[in-house]
Amino acid sequence: MNAPMALPRVWNQRAQGRVRRLERVSARLGPRLAGKVVEADAVVALLEELIEPGDRVCIEGNNQKQADFLARALTSVDVARVHDLHIVQSVLALPEHLDVFERGIASRLDFSFSGPQSGRLAKLAGSGRLSIGAIHTYLELFGRYFIDLTPDVALVAAQAADRHGNLYTGPNTEDTPVIAEATAFKSGLVVAQVNELVDELPRIDIPSDWVGFVVRSPAPHYIEPLFTRDPAKISEIQVLMAMMAIKGIYAPYGVERLNHGIGFDTAAIELLLPTYAESLGLRGKICRHWALNPHPTLIPAIEAGFVESIHSFGSELGMEEYMRARPDVFFTGPDGSMRSNRAFCQTAGHYACDMFIGSTLQIDLCGNSSTATLGRIAGFGGAPNMGSDARGRRHATPAWLAAGREAHRGDRAPPRGRKLVVQMVETFREHMAPAFVERLDAWELAESANMALPPIMIYGSDVTHILTEEGIANLLLCRDDEEIEQAIRGIAGYTAVGLARDRRVVENLRDRGVIRRAEDLGIDKRDATRDLLAARSIKDLVRASGGLYQPPKRFRSW
Amino acid sequence: MEHLEYRFDGGRPATAGSAARIVGVVASGNLEVLIEPVPGDPACSIAIDTAAKGFGEIWQAVMADFFARHRLAGIRVSINDAGATPAIVALRLDQAIEEFTRKR
Repeated sequence: MNAPMALPRVWNQRAQGRVRRLERVSARLGPRLAGKVVEADAVVALLEELIEPGDRVCIEGNNQKQADFLARALTSVDVARVHDLHIVQSVLALPEHLDVFERGIASRLDFSFSGPQSGRLAKLAGSGRLSIGAIHTYLELFGRYFIDLTPDVALVAAQAADRHGNLYTGPNTEDTPVIAEATAFKSGLVVAQVNELVDELPRIDIPSDWVGFVVRSPAPHYIEPLFTRDPAKISEIQVLMAMMAIKGIYAPYGVERLNHGIGFDTAAIELLLPTYAESLGLRGKICRHWALNPHPTLIPAIEAGFVESIHSFGSELGMEEYMRARPDVFFTGPDGSMRSNRAFCQTAGHYACDMFIGSTLQIDLCGNSSTATLGRIAGFGGAPNMGSDARGRRHATPAWLAAGREAHRGDRAPPRGRKLVVQMVETFREHMAPAFVERLDAWELAESANMALPPIMIYGSDVTHILTEEGIANLLLCRDDEEIEQAIRGIAGYTAVGLARDRRVVENLRDRGVIRRAEDLGIDKRDATRDLLAARSIKDLVRASGGLYQPPKRFRSW
Repeated sequence: MEHLEYRFDGGRPATAGSAARIVGVVASGNLEVLIEPVPGDPACSIAIDTAAKGFGEIWQAVMADFFARHRLAGIRVSINDAGATPAIVALRLDQAIEEFTRKR
C-alpha cells in the first residue's frame, strides 16, 4: 500500500505572504525605504512589489478625504505585474478610482457610493470593463471587511505620521480605523500617504504596528467640503417645509436624538432651531443629541444652546477651530482636535437615533425612494443605515415609543418602538422634475445593469412620514396599501401623481390626521420668509461662530 | 414662451378702491404677479406668460385652486413666470392677494 502522505496544513499562509511581500519591497526599494518611510518617487515601485494579482485592495476614497496620491500611483503600475484586482472601497470619488478599471489593473468592484463618478461607472459596467459585486451601505461594506471582503492591501490617508509609522488623522479620521483594523489583523498591509512627517504627533489615531508603509505625498490629500450649504440659497418653500417639520414632527414626537441628511431642506431646519423652534418653546426638548457631520448651518443652534452633543462620520473643512473651541459638544482628543469615525457614527445613527430626515430624488406610491437615475450608478452611502427601522433596537425613548404606538402591527404584538424615518422633498425639483413617480427609475437601472436588486435608497416599509410643501403624510397611521398610496398622492401637489388623487379619500385621510397641511398645523404660509433663518449667508455663520468657522474660499463672497 | 389665459366666474367682487399691486421678481425659478382691479367684471381673469412650455394642465390646476381659496371677482391677474414651481406660484399669488386686499 502506498497511501498518499497527507501534507501538514499550513495555517499561516497569509502571514507568510506578508513576509514575502515585505521582502520584495525591501529588495526593490533599497535606500528609498527607511524603516517604514518610503520616498514619494518610489511609491509606484512599492505598489508593484506589494500588490499581487487578484488581491483585494481598498483605496481610501471616502466621503470627504481621499488617498489621492496613492490612487494616482496605482493607475501607473505595470499591468503585467498588477492586474485583476478586486477593489473594495466605500466611495469612488476621483477619476483615478475608475482609471484602474479602464487600464485593466482592476476588474471587480464592491463599493458603497460613487457620487461624481456615477455616470462613468455605469458606462464601464455596461462595457464589461468591471463587474460589480454589490452596492452596499457603509456599515454593510465595513461589515464585509471582517467577513468575506477583507482587504489584502489598504491605501489610506492621514494628516501626519512619525518615523515609527504611527498616524494622526486629525478631524478627518473617517474610514481609516475600520480599514486599517480589518487589513492589519488579517496579515494584510496598510500603506498611508501623509501630508507631513513629524517627530511627535498631536495624538495617535492609528498605531504604528497596524501600518506597513508611510509616504509623504507631494501635496496634501484632497478633502471635499461636502456638507457646507450656503444659507443664501435656501428658498421660502424650504423655510415653510422646515416650519412644518419642526411643528408637525419634531415637536409632537419630542425628537431628541437624530440624524439629518445632506441638503438645503434639512439645512433650513437647522437654521430655524434658534428662531422658530425657540419661539415654540422647544429648546431642551428637541434636537439635543446628533449623529451628524459638522454642518456649518448647525452653528447658530449650537450657540443658542439647542445642541448638547454631536458625533461625526467625518469632518468638514473650515469647522476645525470651531470644534476645537466646543469640546463639550464635539468628540475631541486630548490634543483638542475632533475625531470622527464613520463606522461608529453609522452605528450610532442606526441604533441610537430616534429619527432620520433627509431628501431624495424620487418617491413611488409605496413610499420607496431612490436617488438612482438612468445612466448613473450612484450607490447608497449611509442613508439606508440611518433611514431604516433598527429592528435590533431594545432601548426605549419617548419619541421611539410614540412612533411605535402609531404603527399598526396587530393586536397580539408586544410593545415596540419605531424609528421615525422622514423623507422631505419639494413636489417638483428644479426644471419641473416631479419628485413623485409611479415607477422609480431604479427598476429600469436594475434591468439595464443586470442588478439583483433595484437600488432603492429607503424602503417604503421603513418610511414613517413624507413631508412636502403640500403637507405631511403619516404612513404609520395608514391601514393598508391603498391608504398609503392616497396619502402620498395627497401631498404630491400638482405632479401627475398628485393630480390623480381621489379627493374624497384624501379629505378623509386629512380628517383622520394621516395628512396634515400647513394650515392644519397652524402655520400660515405667508409667514415662511427667509427672515426666519438664523443665518442668511455664510458670513452670518462665521459671525455666529465668533469668527471660529473658516469657510473654504469658494464659499466666501467677501 | 407660452401664453395662457383663464377666467373663473362666481367670485365676490374685490373691495372697491383696491389699487394695483405687484409682488415677486422675474428671476430664474421665480415669478412676478400683478393684480389690478377691473370694476364691474364678474370674473377673475388670469393671463400667464411663462418661460416653460407644456405645463398647461398644471397651471390650470394651480389657478383653479387659487381661485377656490380666495373667490374674488373684478380682478385681473398677470403672471410673468421664469420657471417657478407650483409651490412658489401659489405662494406669490397668495402674497399678491394679501397686498391687494390689505386695508390702507
